[in-house]
Amino acid sequence: MKHLVILGAGTSGTMMVNHLIGKLPKKEWKITIVDQYKTHYYQPGFLFLPFDIYTTKQVKKDGRKFIPKEANYIQKKIELILPKENLVKLEGGEELPYDILIVATGTNIAPDEIEGMDGPGWYKDIFDFYTYEGAKALRNKLREWKGGKLVVHITEMPIKCPIAPLEFVFLADSYFKNKGMRDKVDITFVTPLSGAFTKPRATKALHYLLEEKNIKEVTDFNIERVDYENKKIIDYADTEVAYDLLVTVPTNMGDALLERSGMGDELNHIPTHKATLQTLDHENIFAIGDATNLPTSKAGSVAHFEAEILTENILHYIKGEPLKEEFDGHANCFIETGNGKALLIDFNYTHEPVEGTFPFPGVGPLQLLKESRANHMGKMAFKWVYWNMLLKGTHIPFVSANMSTKGKHFEEMES
Amino acid sequence: MEKLIAQRTISVNEEGYLTDFSQWTKEIGEEIAKEQNISMTDRHWEVIDYIHDKFQKQEPLSIRGIKKSGVINIKEFYKLFPGGPLKKATMIAGIPKPKSCI
Repeated sequence: MKHLVILGAGTSGTMMVNHLIGKLPKKEWKITIVDQYKTHYYQPGFLFLPFDIYTTKQVKKDGRKFIPKEANYIQKKIELILPKENLVKLEGGEELPYDILIVATGTNIAPDEIEGMDGPGWYKDIFDFYTYEGAKALRNKLREWKGGKLVVHITEMPIKCPIAPLEFVFLADSYFKNKGMRDKVDITFVTPLSGAFTKPRATKALHYLLEEKNIKEVTDFNIERVDYENKKIIDYADTEVAYDLLVTVPTNMGDALLERSGMGDELNHIPTHKATLQTLDHENIFAIGDATNLPTSKAGSVAHFEAEILTENILHYIKGEPLKEEFDGHANCFIETGNGKALLIDFNYTHEPVEGTFPFPGVGPLQLLKESRANHMGKMAFKWVYWNMLLKGTHIPFVSANMSTKGKHFEEMES
Repeated sequence: MEKLIAQRTISVNEEGYLTDFSQWTKEIGEEIAKEQNISMTDRHWEVIDYIHDKFQKQEPLSIRGIKKSGVINIKEFYKLFPGGPLKKATMIAGIPKPKSCI
């Protein structure tokens, strides 16, 4: 009996177990999935929790419900991967030998990477919204906040869902307007990049959003420390930004397991072949989702497309066939812009997001890189799609794993 | 679009970043630096060498990476390329600036 082990039962791990359980012959293969936590969070919902758009109940479910019964589901902490021995060690000494290993351990915030960030101000006037705890604490803070300087800040790239901090400022603008206190709140967006938007087409199409909503932009800001006593963030050029409420996206790092196992890069992400999803160092270890170092967005849609291709490649690997170099970095993301509207972007390693229609070329019904109510409905419907289709590995109709260039306006890009 | 830099026609994007690294030469880097009011010294070139090395290995460029590079500390990096050092250094190096998804 051969053994395939999946580490992590988040979005990627859960999708992989569902894909593979029906595809690997049961008489030859046993599939085990390991995760220390019982709860499966709908992470895109963390954006909405602070603004009381979603309740806590809407963003979490018992993870077991999404793991097929035929799989061996272990709820234990993973101590170590020993790639040379093809062995995973769990808390309490249990050992799992594997023939194939899939690493799907995700990425987490590491606020302790920046001096003063997770000090006395943490969850008092400094918050993250990338964790359930952070988003919930921020919700409680916002409910009673009387206004002042709201600073929304990205520590360093790469981060999970790179667009979420911008969505946060857009939703904050709507939230304070609806509470009749927008005039009491000064919103500033602080980024280490050259702008809130960094690609030419998106900048052209979307910069008006910041102006229209009166959101200030501080760019090229590489934070050195948080001065929590005087409530300001300070960068390496000694630029200071004062805050009353700091909503930060701390450094994102892969699981410490990868560091312990000597398999991660400087941010504990695992070096992975960007088209096959095989890890660069070990041919029987594959990686998926936020755990990889792939130069695409860390997002659920990316993991979804990766899962379809990784499933095929696992089957090729088992048969001794060459792996398909198919993954193109495809991402497809709804972006909330506030006031019941959203944008949709569709891009990959080589094509930046542009205007057009999706998923049917020339028809839509969704518009790319343009605000609309239909896109917002799409984003809201996605929660249902996530729990009922995505996690179960059901193919989303009309949306292929590889990006389509049809119906998109690339021609204007060349100048 | 195309631009004449150091007597050569070079492909650049609308922000002035080279779109084809194979067209880059040291003279072109020097000219781009001048436009940014930076006059290149040996120290600047050491940083550009490091950036090229990362680029060739397809490793992302970050302040964290610079910090750990052993080539330069962050304060000096800011002094050499004032006002957005990654943005300016990548332009001089002839490679794309660090980007987000949009």
